[in-house]
Amino acid sequence: MNNLGNKRRLALLGLVAVFLVFFACTKKQSETSTQATESNEILFGEFGSMTGSESTFGVSTHKGIVMAIDEINAAGGVKGKKIRIISYDDEGKSDGAVTTATKLITQDRVMLLLGEVASSRSIAAGAVAQQYKIPMVSPSSTNPKVTEIGNYIFRVCFIDPFQGAVMARFAMNNLKLATAAILQDIKSDYSIGLADFFEAEYQKLGGKIVAKESYSGGDVDFRSQLTLIKGKKPSLLFVPGYYTEVGLIARQAKDSKLDSTLLGGDGWDSEKLTEIGGQAILGGYFSNHYSHEDQNPVVQNFVKNYKAKFSEVPNGLAAMGYDAAMVAIDAAKRASELSSKGLRDALATTKNFQGVTGIISINEKRDAVKPAVVLKVVGNNEFHYVATVNP
Amino acid sequence: MHAFIQNLINGFSQGSVYALVALGYTMVYGVLQFINFAHSDIFMLGAFAGLYLSVWLAGVQPAGLLLGLVMVGTMIFCLLAGLTVERVAYRPLRSAPRLNVLITAIGVSLFLENLGQVIFGSDPRVFPSLISTQPLFEGEIIVNNVQLIIVCVSALLMFVLHWVVHHTKLGIAMRAVSFDIETANLMGIPADTIIAFTFIIGSSLAGCAAILYGLAYPKVEPLMGVMIGLKAFVAAVFGGIGNIVGAALGGVILGLSEAFVVYYVSSTFRDAIAFAILILILLFKPTGIMGSVRREKV
Repeated sequence: MNNLGNKRRLALLGLVAVFLVFFACTKKQSETSTQATESNEILFGEFGSMTGSESTFGVSTHKGIVMAIDEINAAGGVKGKKIRIISYDDEGKSDGAVTTATKLITQDRVMLLLGEVASSRSIAAGAVAQQYKIPMVSPSSTNPKVTEIGNYIFRVCFIDPFQGAVMARFAMNNLKLATAAILQDIKSDYSIGLADFFEAEYQKLGGKIVAKESYSGGDVDFRSQLTLIKGKKPSLLFVPGYYTEVGLIARQAKDSKLDSTLLGGDGWDSEKLTEIGGQAILGGYFSNHYSHEDQNPVVQNFVKNYKAKFSEVPNGLAAMGYDAAMVAIDAAKRASELSSKGLRDALATTKNFQGVTGIISINEKRDAVKPAVVLKVVGNNEFHYVATVNP
Repeated sequence: MHAFIQNLINGFSQGSVYALVALGYTMVYGVLQFINFAHSDIFMLGAFAGLYLSVWLAGVQPAGLLLGLVMVGTMIFCLLAGLTVERVAYRPLRSAPRLNVLITAIGVSLFLENLGQVIFGSDPRVFPSLISTQPLFEGEIIVNNVQLIIVCVSALLMFVLHWVVHHTKLGIAMRAVSFDIETANLMGIPADTIIAFTFIIGSSLAGCAAILYGLAYPKVEPLMGVMIGLKAFVAAVFGGIGNIVGAALGGVILGLSEAFVVYYVSSTFRDAIAFAILILILLFKPTGIMGSVRREKV
């Protein structure tokens, strides 16, 4: 017994020794790589949901980012330096976002962070970035709170309520519909924000709001609200909710013979929309960040290159990831010095940058001012590009 | 006037579904004096059973036969589920304090909801339209065939239930067990069997309600039972818990009050106002509209 114990102890000692040597080696390696970085590389960090239930979000964004960086490096990089991206998976969790952002900043010593799609995770990781004064660019977090964290947090997408104004302009200028009813989800800040901005802009343009009614997310019966709205005879019905309720509302509106045109925001963007809404949702319009059908040559060029690289059509998140990386690179080009502080100051003065998702300017709240596209529901999970609405 | 009648129709069809689910709560309470919180999840399981059955039986003609088959199949599935819950979770606790059974019921409910999320995923699914929605007649007021089916099937089931409880041996036994479980046992009534039957009837009604609900609102998800369960429970209390006619009445009144509050008062405060009305009525009639005062035995 004793003999065996001694053997075990020896083996353990040996193991520890091996580990020590291993760590010493890796430490040395990482030191050399940092030294290399300082001379000829600019380090960007990315964290996203590469696995988990929202893995498609993270993976698409990652592809867009990688494509942008590859293009710039192929063209010679920035100020004679190549850009290197370090990507980590936050597994779609807020604490994962915090851990990976901290690791990128303190261990990998990146100059700038790119991430996340979900507003909740951008908010969690944004606090870390702000604390260490590392600029962070979110590709597609639309919640207004994200950039309120501090002066190092930026985004290249518009904020939620802006879509309300977009749809109001589209209704008045393109569809020429001058009476509207609103049906909002009283439980969701997103929906209320869109509804309020729609109402303000629509009335400013001379439109008339004849009814503003509410439902609670999760409801299935909207007939009473629709009966009320039908009595006011609006020419359009603005429903800034999520696809499940919107689908049911469309169905019941059709059953109630309410034939107003349906309008909404990017909460509609799901394959489930037409599955639940069926025939009733066809002919509705909603706003979104990007459409691959946009005939703008910048978009078409992006779609062509993306298809060649990944053999699939880029979705909105890939386009936003691409633009986030490109805006960051543009800032690096214009920066007076290649440091986090220099990049932050350059990001804050981004003006009229031509991105795939439109011409982007960063305002004093560090939010992007840019156009939105309007899509029309034409068939089973088919949305066609109709118009671009400028801010 | 048109709007008034339209709201009456909408509220009535919505209320009928509440009533069917409320019957399950009230029957179990009547017999065992505890709230079977898992009832709303049996309803959810019924909706999923109906979904899979309709996909499996797709192609059966005519549509009426398909609907009938799906409904019967779902009711059988639900009664088995209800029976299992009773046998596994409630029967072993028959002699335990009522609070323990109540907590077990909450546990079973959470278990079924989470199990649903694991098996079916939390993304909502679309219930197939077994019959296409069509208005019954032209005109200002719209009544569609689905609403008519909901009201007719619900009314039919409630009459059958009323007849079973008041005019059959099983019903007499149920009422005896409800009155005093120990004495009923002494008189030779197999109380456990009667209780199992109560669960069978309540659960199959929930299954039927799930199909009717799926026809009108084709969205099926693991947490769909929570809100409707809450409303049906309120309807049962409002009607006088333990009373079958009361539960039916409570469901219909809740559906109507929701519809009218939205139309005439405010859609923003729908639930708050609808429930406030119920609380007001309960203040004046604490046992519910059909409830009778039951003295605690010493």
